[in-house]
Amino acid sequence: MGSKYAQGFGLGSVNPDLASERQTASFSVERLTTVLDGGAEHTRVRRAVVEAIERDPVFSRENQYFQTQNERYEAAVRKAVHLQKKMHEMGWREDGPEFIYIYRALAGDVAFLLHRVFMRSISVLGSDEQVAKWIPLATKHQLIGSYAQTELGHGTYLQGLETTAVFDTTTQEFILNTPKISAMKWWPGDMGRSATHTVVFAQLYVHGKCYGVHPFIVQIRSLRDHSLCPGITAGDIGPKMNFEHIDNGYLMLQNVRIPRENMLNKFCEVQPDGTYVRRGSQKINYFTMTTLRVSLLSDEVILPLMKACTIAIRYSAVRRQSKLNPGEEEAKILDYQTQQEKLLPQLAAAYAFHFINNYLHKLFDRGYKEIQERNFSSLPELHASSSGFKAMLSQYCTAGVEICLRACGGHGYSLLSGLPSLYTKILASCIYEGENTILLLQTARFLIKCFAAASAGQPVPQSVTYLAAVKPGKCPAKNKLDFLNPDIYVEAYQHTAIRLLSSTAAKLQDLIQSGVKKHEAWNQCTVQLVQAAKAHCHYITVKNFVETVEKLENKAGIQKIMKHLCDLYALHGIFSNAGLFLHDGYISGAQMDMITASYLDLLGVIRKDAVPLVDAFDFTDKSLNSALGSYDGNVYQRLYEWAQKSPTNQQVHPAYEKYLRPLLHNKLSKL
Amino acid sequence: MQPEVQQRKKAESFSCTIYCEALVINDPDFQHEDLNFLSRSQRYEQAIRKSSLMVMKLREYGIADPEEIYWFKRTCLGNFPEPFGLHFSMFQKTIESQATDAQKKKWLPLVRGIIGTYAQTEMGHGTHLRGLETTATYDPATQEFILNSPTVTSIKWWPGGLGKTSNHAIVLAQLYTQGQCKGLHAFIVPIRQLGTHEPLPGITVGDIGPKFGYDEMDNGYLKMDNFRIPRENMLMKYAQVEPDGTYVKPLSDKLTYGTMVFIRSLIVGDSARSLSRACTIAIRYSAVRHQSELKPGEPEPQILDYQTQQYKLFPLLATAYAFHFVGAYIKDTYRRISGDINEGDLSELPELHALTAGLKAFTSWTANAGIEECRMACGGHGYSRCSGIPDIYVTFTPSCTYEGENTVMMLQTARFLVKSYNQVAAGQRVSGMVSYLNDLSRQRIQPQHVAARTVSVRINDPVSLVEAYKARAARLVEAAAKNLQAELNHRKSKEDAWNRTSVDLVRASEVHCHYVIVKLFTAKLSEISNAAVRAVMTELCLLYTLYGISKNAGDFMQAGILTDAQITQVNQRVKELLAIIRPNAVALVDSFDFHDTHLGSVLGRYDGNVYENMFEWAKKSPLNKTEVHESFHKHLKPMQAKL
Repeated sequence: MGSKYAQGFGLGSVNPDLASERQTASFSVERLTTVLDGGAEHTRVRRAVVEAIERDPVFSRENQYFQTQNERYEAAVRKAVHLQKKMHEMGWREDGPEFIYIYRALAGDVAFLLHRVFMRSISVLGSDEQVAKWIPLATKHQLIGSYAQTELGHGTYLQGLETTAVFDTTTQEFILNTPKISAMKWWPGDMGRSATHTVVFAQLYVHGKCYGVHPFIVQIRSLRDHSLCPGITAGDIGPKMNFEHIDNGYLMLQNVRIPRENMLNKFCEVQPDGTYVRRGSQKINYFTMTTLRVSLLSDEVILPLMKACTIAIRYSAVRRQSKLNPGEEEAKILDYQTQQEKLLPQLAAAYAFHFINNYLHKLFDRGYKEIQERNFSSLPELHASSSGFKAMLSQYCTAGVEICLRACGGHGYSLLSGLPSLYTKILASCIYEGENTILLLQTARFLIKCFAAASAGQPVPQSVTYLAAVKPGKCPAKNKLDFLNPDIYVEAYQHTAIRLLSSTAAKLQDLIQSGVKKHEAWNQCTVQLVQAAKAHCHYITVKNFVETVEKLENKAGIQKIMKHLCDLYALHGIFSNAGLFLHDGYISGAQMDMITASYLDLLGVIRKDAVPLVDAFDFTDKSLNSALGSYDGNVYQRLYEWAQKSPTNQQVHPAYEKYLRPLLHNKLSKL
Repeated sequence: MQPEVQQRKKAESFSCTIYCEALVINDPDFQHEDLNFLSRSQRYEQAIRKSSLMVMKLREYGIADPEEIYWFKRTCLGNFPEPFGLHFSMFQKTIESQATDAQKKKWLPLVRGIIGTYAQTEMGHGTHLRGLETTATYDPATQEFILNSPTVTSIKWWPGGLGKTSNHAIVLAQLYTQGQCKGLHAFIVPIRQLGTHEPLPGITVGDIGPKFGYDEMDNGYLKMDNFRIPRENMLMKYAQVEPDGTYVKPLSDKLTYGTMVFIRSLIVGDSARSLSRACTIAIRYSAVRHQSELKPGEPEPQILDYQTQQYKLFPLLATAYAFHFVGAYIKDTYRRISGDINEGDLSELPELHALTAGLKAFTSWTANAGIEECRMACGGHGYSRCSGIPDIYVTFTPSCTYEGENTVMMLQTARFLVKSYNQVAAGQRVSGMVSYLNDLSRQRIQPQHVAARTVSVRINDPVSLVEAYKARAARLVEAAAKNLQAELNHRKSKEDAWNRTSVDLVRASEVHCHYVIVKLFTAKLSEISNAAVRAVMTELCLLYTLYGISKNAGDFMQAGILTDAQITQVNQRVKELLAIIRPNAVALVDSFDFHDTHLGSVLGRYDGNVYENMFEWAKKSPLNKTEVHESFHKHLKPMQAKL
């Protein structure tokens, strides 16, 4: 197996420190991989795709850490273009089973990702005629699309967008303008240099009346020579923490005219005489966003955490530092309790989030079908779930990746560890597709409504039926082993979620009754509301983990190790938020000590399987692109060889000739 | 130190800052284009250019006082690291402190003509110094040391300025003489040829490649193969190797504590400064950015008016102030007792050493997370390099690792706490910041004392809150010490028991440091003479203290220090304080007095003209050099033609 994963660096066999970790696995790694993939067939397809991509030198990421922004951008465009050829060659189709694995194999390091969002918004928001006109062009890449929503002055708060689209009945055109500097579109990917078309979100005006934000297809660059179209100013917004390969752009529109047919009009239409017609819910305009939030979780949020865990845990099994027992050799840092306490909860969370992602996908598949049949009743729940989980997962995973980075000490700080780029990339997920605090408040709004409905005995969506089950009481656990019983900790999470929500609802009610205006009361409760929304998502994640473990096959040690991880995830959450659970005495001080003891015991248990548990994520060395995290564990040798490839080592640095020599000589002569 | 003397010291360093700023900001030699648009090689070159200039100017202006050098450097280089940094801070300093008079006489004049660095960390070992593998074997025949890097892991890795800049290094190596290992010692090693700058035979040296930050620094590697240096190149003020190879032991190993305390105190100050910069940017931007609606029908409010935004930023603002006072305290204490050290009195050193280890870890962890929080509070624009926060973060975050990895630092503090606890348990009294442990024995005799304490905490009185933090520290130190004892009773090895308790021990150190910070902040209040300043500092101090309780409510409830009703009051009071601080928020960051050139942020500009300047900045991006990017002709056009 080792040879299959090792990269050709002229390095020898697997480091014995890692080999020994693998010999003692309590479960079958291969079997767990297939569980994660959702079946052996998926595993086979995924590996085939990964292998085909990684064997192709055009897709190589070998020099990525040494490249400038311009070089990264050009490589991403080259890869995107080559990908079209590759897909054709391999017979991969956009609707085929391979497709989701392609971007994963490329680690997202490819241009035209927004092209897909462009197509998706047309498919969801466009009429049949619009789909028929634009989708084939986009599929064949005869145009390159982008998605222009965010402006310099406004992001998550869409109603505040300032770009305007005024309907001109005489010419049957919309006139688009970014009337001031803060209205300029800012951030859209692929727009700075690449895109020829984009979906622009603008305030629609007809006969002087504003109808709110609507999507319009706008051509921004010539299809012949790529020069900017009349009335368009566009460019790159400059360097960012990451995404050097993407040309996030700005766009100014000055009296740009587009035909009436370019407004995406499946749900809203402006008729030739200017009559505005609405079909179905306005909320559907935001549905693209809602689904995006869920679809990004796997590749952009959970996988980076899995990669970071893989790198940090393998490195911690190889790095030896200080002595645990006098006279023995130096200990693996993974054997230190403090190191386990940093890394193993992240590992448990990665599994928990993988399973909650499966849950969300099921929820959305069901919801999507209903919406296609113009049944919008599940939209609020979908919206609340996508918001809350996107916020919770991106926040947690970002923090988790950073913990992994810092757990690797100095070497984690080298780009060659792969961790800094994982971190700077994942942290953008806390902001894009909705800023996390605002998303949590949206979830809270939904929960407050459901709580009121549940208290009044009205029906509520399935995921929040627990809100009706308010019952005071105390945690029945008597010793630390009781806390390994899922019923005990799920109940504790449920109790805390309800308590936080009900106390906030009561506070809100009190404020309003005492004469505070509703919006002001809301603002005064927002800190608590955010907390309540998080507690809800946390509860659902724990509950879902428990239910998933119950359904797992009781073979090859899988269920057992997953149960340990589930316990760790749950107890770590209580340990780190002790105040919330202690607050009303549901959990006593003595019980909290039991939880701490159980939690620390679990670290030791999972420690034994830590390396096999990250092996099961089945990342190739190329996809990790890390000198610290490779399968064979030859960390130091690889670090040394990679560093020598750095461009800074190619010559005696010109800075010496230019500055150092004069400086030294000047001084030497003064001696 | 007398208060008047402290005042004078402060006034001095303040005027020094102003003076240096005036010298540098008006000097055209120190102007540069925006570093964000430069490649790593260009950034390195710019840094070398400025460092070289700076050295020349230090001469020209005759600046020699370490404090003045420090401020001058800060001003020349902004907050960016410089390849010469270790030349001053470590190479020269180590020679001054560890060389014999004869060695000083030889090397100190030369120091002005060479560029040196300090090579300690190896690929395989960092904080755990005893594990270093580089060897220096004494050969009495030639009176030389033979230096070797015997394994891949023994290659020196990370030292700043080592890759391309320096021609000498102080190398830490295991000394072997007469067949015995005598532990780590420092050696002056030439690594590059004077005149050509080529590596010397037997030396392999280079740059370790790109990092998260520190683009301008050539952190390097160094491999030595049977490289010989004369006996006199070992720094021999303390330990010595005589010509025949006889080893003479040093008198005390505590002396090296002094340097560590000094550097760690700098990191505490750096935590405060870095966090202050991030707060300045985030708070000013939040006053400029308008978003959404608070009241239907009214214009979009400043995002600083949202409770959630205040809740993110104001506790960090309070933290930045708290850390400023802590940094100043350590520096003053160090100054005070370094006089004693020179007199040979080392009695206060162990506590200060233990305390700075923990405070270095506590403040750098908190600031690290706080900077990220500030960036996140700026939404999408915080992610752009133009916000300046990404640079603050990547430059600051390694301080969680260097000069002692934070977890290891916390455990050092814990070792001191456990030792103090055991002394108290054995009937001795302890002094200094840990003196609260003396009360533990009394409480055991009067168990109702704990209950009595519950109601006595007054949540609007900082002094009373310090007592609450003290009680929490006492409880968690005791718990950790008892858990350690329980493990010891079950197991044979001390090390194993220590490891199995280390999560508790780190917690104990954290709460001890937290107590110290709250105590120092509170003590500071009475020293402020201006009533308005004292009032606003009191609000910040209360916010810092109450927010800490709110975030760690579990500790206070579990220990019976506060009831859940009191916790609810604390949570409420925190939110009231947010509203109270809101009108002063921008003034409070203006007081940090960062010049726009040093802030390096479009979002945090003093004039608040954010959007137009973002646009101006973006136009300078390398991708915008041409209207149609070359990749269109190379890739896009052929693709469209083919399909």
